[in-house]
Amino acid sequence: MTEMVYGAAPVKSGEPVLPRWWRTVDKWSLSCILILFGIGLLLGLAASVPLAERNNLPQFHYVQRQIVFGLMAFAVMFVVSTFSPLMVRRMGVLFFFAAFLALAMLPFFGTDFGKGAVRWYSLGFASVQPSEFLKPVFVIMAAWLMAASQEINGPPGKSISLALVLTIVGLLAMQPDFGQACLVLFGWGVMYFVAGAPIPLLIGLAGAVVLAGMVAYNGSEHFARRIDGFLSADVDPTTQMGYATNAIREGGFFGVGVGEGQVKWSLPDAHTDFIIAVAAEEYGLMLVLVIIALYATITFRSLMRLMRERDPFIRLAGTGLACMFGVQALINIGVAVRLLPSKGMTLPFVSYGGSSLIAGGLALGMLLALTRTRPQGEIGDHFLRRGHGG
Amino acid sequence: MTRIPLRPLARILQAREKGENPDAIEKENIRQRHEEMRDKARRRAEGRLLVLGVAFVCAFAVVGLRMGAIAASEPREPRAAASGSEILAQRSDIVDRNGKVLATNLFTHSLYAQPPVMIDKERAARELVKIFPDLKEERLVKDFTGKRKFLWIKKKISPEQMQAVHDIGDPGLMFGPREMRLYPNGRLAAHILGGASFGREGVHSAEVVGVAGVEKVFDDYLRDPANEGAPLQLSIDLTVQAAMRHVLEGGMKLMQAKGATGIILDVHTGEIMAMASLPDFDPNNRPRPAVEGAASDSPLFNRAVQGLYELGSTFKIFTVAQAMEEGLVNPSTMVDTKGPMTWGRFRIRDFKNYGPELSVTDVIVKSSNIGTARMALMVGTPRQQDFMKKLGFFDPTEVELVEAPGAKPLLPKKWSDISTMTISYGHGLSASPLHLAAAYASVLNGGTRITPTILRQEGPQRGERVVSEQTSAALRDMLRQVVVRGTASFGEVPGYFVGGKTGTADKPKENGGGYYKDRVIATFASVFPTNDPKYVVIVTLDEPKTHALGEERRTAGWTAVPVAAELIERTAPLLGVRPQIAPLPEVGITLTSN
Repeated sequence: MTEMVYGAAPVKSGEPVLPRWWRTVDKWSLSCILILFGIGLLLGLAASVPLAERNNLPQFHYVQRQIVFGLMAFAVMFVVSTFSPLMVRRMGVLFFFAAFLALAMLPFFGTDFGKGAVRWYSLGFASVQPSEFLKPVFVIMAAWLMAASQEINGPPGKSISLALVLTIVGLLAMQPDFGQACLVLFGWGVMYFVAGAPIPLLIGLAGAVVLAGMVAYNGSEHFARRIDGFLSADVDPTTQMGYATNAIREGGFFGVGVGEGQVKWSLPDAHTDFIIAVAAEEYGLMLVLVIIALYATITFRSLMRLMRERDPFIRLAGTGLACMFGVQALINIGVAVRLLPSKGMTLPFVSYGGSSLIAGGLALGMLLALTRTRPQGEIGDHFLRRGHGG
Repeated sequence: MTRIPLRPLARILQAREKGENPDAIEKENIRQRHEEMRDKARRRAEGRLLVLGVAFVCAFAVVGLRMGAIAASEPREPRAAASGSEILAQRSDIVDRNGKVLATNLFTHSLYAQPPVMIDKERAARELVKIFPDLKEERLVKDFTGKRKFLWIKKKISPEQMQAVHDIGDPGLMFGPREMRLYPNGRLAAHILGGASFGREGVHSAEVVGVAGVEKVFDDYLRDPANEGAPLQLSIDLTVQAAMRHVLEGGMKLMQAKGATGIILDVHTGEIMAMASLPDFDPNNRPRPAVEGAASDSPLFNRAVQGLYELGSTFKIFTVAQAMEEGLVNPSTMVDTKGPMTWGRFRIRDFKNYGPELSVTDVIVKSSNIGTARMALMVGTPRQQDFMKKLGFFDPTEVELVEAPGAKPLLPKKWSDISTMTISYGHGLSASPLHLAAAYASVLNGGTRITPTILRQEGPQRGERVVSEQTSAALRDMLRQVVVRGTASFGEVPGYFVGGKTGTADKPKENGGGYYKDRVIATFASVFPTNDPKYVVIVTLDEPKTHALGEERRTAGWTAVPVAAELIERTAPLLGVRPQIAPLPEVGITLTSN
């Protein structure tokens, strides 16, 4: 009886893995993810054709690859989502060291594929971008450190994780890949916030950012022109942004029709960074709103589920993963509608790209594992357990 | 917060009395504290997570709304005002030295279509083709019925065309006001002006940018609103330019040449009074660069500035100038002209055998290669290089045309003695006619370096001295003798004391390997009046030939010189040079007294 009250025993240890997974996993988020991937394939059918034609490949070459990567991503996601939080933590931390090493070794063994930034390892049949994998496992690592610091006589986890994040940001900035660097920094910031960052510090930080922005605006003509150009209502129609805006406009509410879009022929990144413009042009505002709603649902639901979580590690890791996922989608779409300055960032689970897809599967698998329903020592849990316990 | 002591003494003593392990109490207390902390952390996190979640939902909503706003907005015509910089439509005029307009702006309209608001697309296309026969009806119909929401049809239309399009009465056909560049003199000074085209364009205005010549070099100046429309004044004189183009065109036809170049340069100010290159083009309708054929045969090619040619015997005067300046010869010094002259495995010949020796003046008058080569050997290679450099043959001309910096004279890779000798009579070094004009002006104007310019100047240039006054005067006298009794006898224009030097150079084969036997560049470089030099006139004909005295003739004396004489006769009065009429001979009237 004592054991049951204090939740020290495993929940009905005899229950098979799959039914328990199905009972406890967040089915809403899971469905949203599946729909997103389906939409990604649908858009890939439209957006990657010009690229394939440019490279003299069969029309749907990239779609086929995307399906293969997608299946791998789903396998990863499913397996990871059955892990217990403890398992997630252990694997994540181990994986973190591997990914960190891979990132640090990039300058020596990586390639830049002629794009000017050394971000990839070339494996012959495919290329791997370590930073994509580092993002989710870094969240696990940082969450572990921060959670440990909340224990009595715990280590100074927040300072250690800060040092870690600054190192990673430095490595990413060296590549250079400021988009991923910002994302990692953002993930850490969110976790720190939820882990209980002191309010005065937050206010001070916000003030510093505003001040720095004002100084930069007044001090640097280049920066000021960028911002002015960004704020001005008119967009130069010959830039990427111009094409994207025009595509959204051409699409209207219901789109110009499947395969009728023009923007994919003009934008080199139509299948990755600007895939939302392709969606808007061919399928119209409707599909775009659906996509946005799906991202919003996954992010919001995950955060809400984490609110009930008492374990600090699970709460922090989940928060970091969910926010990174959400903010990446937000930035990608925000760029296309000119709410944010241009930044190369993929739309998770929709854009073409093996690394980003499998890393996305890993991240969402961990998120699903962490947001599974588990006893929190609340009165309802006691009843539930009593019910199962017979 | 009430804190529970981890080892409450009373309870531990009690436990000991009962024989229980007192550590369990401590453990239990630690666990309670931990739970409490966790609950507190969760409550705090609960609020913060809610803040995060709401922030995310808001951000996604904003993105979605913005997407909706863009999708709902009407497709606009492209507006060129991007990133805050407005189009500056006002481009300054370009005028000649007397203020006559060479380039100005004309208010006009562009024609564009918005297919979604068109009513009868087929009819509109049909009517448009009637007005603009160069449009294709199928193409227009395809554009109008496709997905396009905006397309340009014509960049510039006339008022009559505009009225005709207006009369079609289709609301989807629209006009955008704009200024276009107009060159009222057509082909005159085409290469100098260059041309302009539209840069960034929108329906409300379009940017005019220079693409070549003066329009490109002074693009920033012409577009600078700070000038308040002040025109750019060039040095050329429109009437002289017109006369020159007319004479050159006639001469080119008469001499069956495939190209012709003329330059008139003020020897004191360095101003280019007129400069033409034929064939030419109309800058109002600048042709596209040719994709086949040599670029140097294209009408767009400015032979006077861009063309690099071996200019032949016209260079001899520089050799003589230097030899005199160094004190090695004077005009009556006798020079060995026994031919053929052998130097290593090279042989230098003259056009005819001029006997064993000639005076320096006669070397120029008869144009002896051997005599000039001998003088070059006296001067020596390093000094010749210095002198050529001083005259500007080592660098592109500094004239204010965008094409000029590309025309760097071709120098021998290895400047051996044989190079020195051939360069002394104008072979082995290729330069533009404008280089030649500037160098002639420099040695003949009294001896100070002249930099040619296309802009109106207020006074004479005070360049570095290249030869002395005396040498300069002697050179002019020799050049005068060439016209009076030498190779350029057709160059005499009564009253203007023309002096000059002919140059006939075989054209090198395009793919290397020697020279053509029957293709020449014929040049006449002249100055007038020789007694008070005012202008240098260069005329160069590309592959001329004429039939005279029962023979096919290509030398400059038969081809370039008569054209230059005609040019001087026509333009000298326009330039304000008065002919000096020799006093009438005493009329044979005997005064008688009776």
